[in-house]
Amino acid sequence: MTVAIDRATGKRRGDRAPRPGLGQRLKHGYQKHWYAYAMIAPVVIVLGVLVLYPLAYGFYLTLTDANSLNSARTIGVNEIEATYKFIGFDNYADILWGETAYDRFWSHFIWTIFWTAACVTLHYTIGLGLALLLNQKLRGRTLYRLILILPWAVPTFVTVFGWRFMLADGGIINSFLETLHLPTPLWLEDTFWQRFAAIMVNTWCGVPFMMLSLLGGLQSIDSSLYEAAEMDGASRWQQFRYVTLPGLRSVSSTVVLLGVIWTFNQFAIIFLLFGDTAPDAQILVTWAYYLGFGQQPRDFAQSAAYGMLLLAILIVFTSFYRRWLNRNDQQLAI
Amino acid sequence: MSTTTVETPVNKQDSVTTATPRKARRRGENSRGTSFVSHGILIVASLIALFPVAWLVFLSLGPDKDDYLHPGGIWGKMTLDNYTFVLQETKFFDWLTSTLIVTLGTTLIGVVISATTGYAVSRMRFPGYKKFMWVLLVTQMFPVAVLMVPMYQILSELQLVDSYLGLILVYCTTTVPYCAWLMKGYFDTIPFEIDEAGRVDGLTPFGTFARLILPLAKPGLAVAAFYSFLTAFGEVAFASTFMLSDTKYTFAVGLQTFVSEHDAQRNLMAATAVLVAIPVSAFFYFVQRNLVTGLTAGGTKG
Repeated sequence: MTVAIDRATGKRRGDRAPRPGLGQRLKHGYQKHWYAYAMIAPVVIVLGVLVLYPLAYGFYLTLTDANSLNSARTIGVNEIEATYKFIGFDNYADILWGETAYDRFWSHFIWTIFWTAACVTLHYTIGLGLALLLNQKLRGRTLYRLILILPWAVPTFVTVFGWRFMLADGGIINSFLETLHLPTPLWLEDTFWQRFAAIMVNTWCGVPFMMLSLLGGLQSIDSSLYEAAEMDGASRWQQFRYVTLPGLRSVSSTVVLLGVIWTFNQFAIIFLLFGDTAPDAQILVTWAYYLGFGQQPRDFAQSAAYGMLLLAILIVFTSFYRRWLNRNDQQLAI
Repeated sequence: MSTTTVETPVNKQDSVTTATPRKARRRGENSRGTSFVSHGILIVASLIALFPVAWLVFLSLGPDKDDYLHPGGIWGKMTLDNYTFVLQETKFFDWLTSTLIVTLGTTLIGVVISATTGYAVSRMRFPGYKKFMWVLLVTQMFPVAVLMVPMYQILSELQLVDSYLGLILVYCTTTVPYCAWLMKGYFDTIPFEIDEAGRVDGLTPFGTFARLILPLAKPGLAVAAFYSFLTAFGEVAFASTFMLSDTKYTFAVGLQTFVSEHDAQRNLMAATAVLVAIPVSAFFYFVQRNLVTGLTAGGTKG
C-alpha cells in the first residue's frame, strides 16, 4: 500500500489503524479534518441554501399541479393562499407518455439532441481547424487571433441582435442572396430555417472558445515529438493523426464536455433570436422557460418537471462520458 | 500580407545551386502555397467573425428605425444622433447602475466565499471530498430551467423579486461553484512546498492560507472575478424574469425593450448595443489570456 502524506498537514494517509468505534471515528475525523470542513463551510452553506433547498422545493412542485392561478400571490393588499394539491408523478407521466407528448416533449427532445450534437461538432472541427492554422509561423498571427475571438468578446445578448438585423426579411443576408439569384429563405419564420439560423448563430458564438483552448493544447505539445515523427518519415497527415490528436486528448475531453453542457443549456441565443415566435425551434431549456414564464397561466409544475428531466439527462450523460473516458485511461476533472 | 521575406533564401539558393533541388524546409515554415491558403482561410474566417459586429456598429449610425432595410442610404446621412438620444432620453444610466450593482455584487460574493473552498479541495483530502467535488461539478451544469421556478416562488415569498439582492443571490448559485472550481485549478499550480514551509514555521492551516497562499493566488482570484463578472453581465434568463421595473433592468433585459410588438426602434437598440459592447469587449480583451488558461486548467487537473 502506498502511503500518501497529506501535504498541507504532514499527516500520513492510507495506513489503517485498527478500526475504532463509530463515535470515536466521528470524533477523530472531526479533530483531524475540522479545518478542512471549516474552509468549505461557506460554499456548503451557500449551496445548501441557494441550490439544494430550491432544488428540493422544485422537486416538490413537480409533484403538484402548481400554476400561477393557484400559487400563493399578493394582489394589491389581498394575500391569497396557495391552493395547489399533490398529484404524485402525474406531471412526469404526462410529459413523457401523455396524449400529445410527442409534440410537447419528444419533438423538442430530438431537436435538442440534434442541436447539441451539430453545434458541438461544428464548434470542435472549426475550432480545431483555425487553431491548427494559427499554430503555424505566420505573419499577422496575433491580429488574426484577436479578430477571431471577437464573437466571444462581445456579449451574446448584443451579437444576437446584430444577427437578428442581418437575418430579418429584407436584411443584409437576404439582399446579398438575392443579388446572387439564390433563394431567400425566411430565416426567422420558417421552422427549418429558424433551426438552421439558430445553429449558425450558435456556431459563430461558440467557435472562439474552442479555438483558444485547442490552441493552448497545441502549443503544449512537445515539439521533439514532431521532430521524431519527421525523422521516422511520417507524413503531415500521420503527424496530425498520431502526434497532434493524442496530444490534444486531455484538452479535447474537457472542452467537449463543457461544450455539450453549455450548448445543451444554451438559453440566450434561441430566446433572443426568436422570442415566443418559434415554438418548433425551441430547445428543451427555452421550452421549459416558455411553459413556466412565457405563457398565461404560467404552468410552474410542468416547467419545473422539464427542468428536472433536463438535469437528469445531463447527469446521465456526464456519468457515461466520465466512465467512457476512464475506460480509455483518460482523466477528467475529479 | 506577403510571405516573400521567408522565401528569399530558398529562391537565392535555388538559383545558385541547381544541382540540389531545394533546400529542405525547416520545421514550422511553410511553402508559399500552404501559407497562401492559410492566409486565405484566416482572412475569410476573420471577416465572418468581424462582420456581424461591424454591421451593428454601422447600423447604429443610421438615424431611422428602418434603415437596416436600406443600408446603402446610411452613408449619406451618417450621424451620432442615436447615441445622444440613448444617453439623454432613455434609461441607459439606470440600466448601467443596476448592471454594475448586480455584476459587482455577484463577483465580490463569489470570489470571497469560494477562495477558502478552492484551497481546501486543492490541498486536503477529507471524508466526503469526492462527493463534494461531484456536487460542485453538477451544480455547474444546472440548466436555468431547474432553479427558475422554485427560485421565483421562494423569492416572491421573501419579497425579493425585482430586487438587486434577489438577482445577486440567484447568480451566486452558478458563480460560487464555478469560482471554487477555477480557484482549485489555480491553487494546484502553487507548489505544496510553500505550505510545508509555513507549517514548519508553525502556522496553522488557516495562517498558511491567509498569509502565504492567498497573496500568491492573486492572478487566480482575478480570473475567478473576471469569469463571474462576464457571466453575470451576459445572463439573460433570470434577469428577464426577476427584474420587473424598468429602472432596475440590466442591459441584457433593457436591450430587449427596444423591440416590442408595436414598435421596433432598431436604430436606438443598435446604438445601445454598441455602447454596452465597447467597454465589456475591451475588458474581455484585457483579460482573455488568463481566462482561457483558467477555464481549461480548472477542468483538466484532477
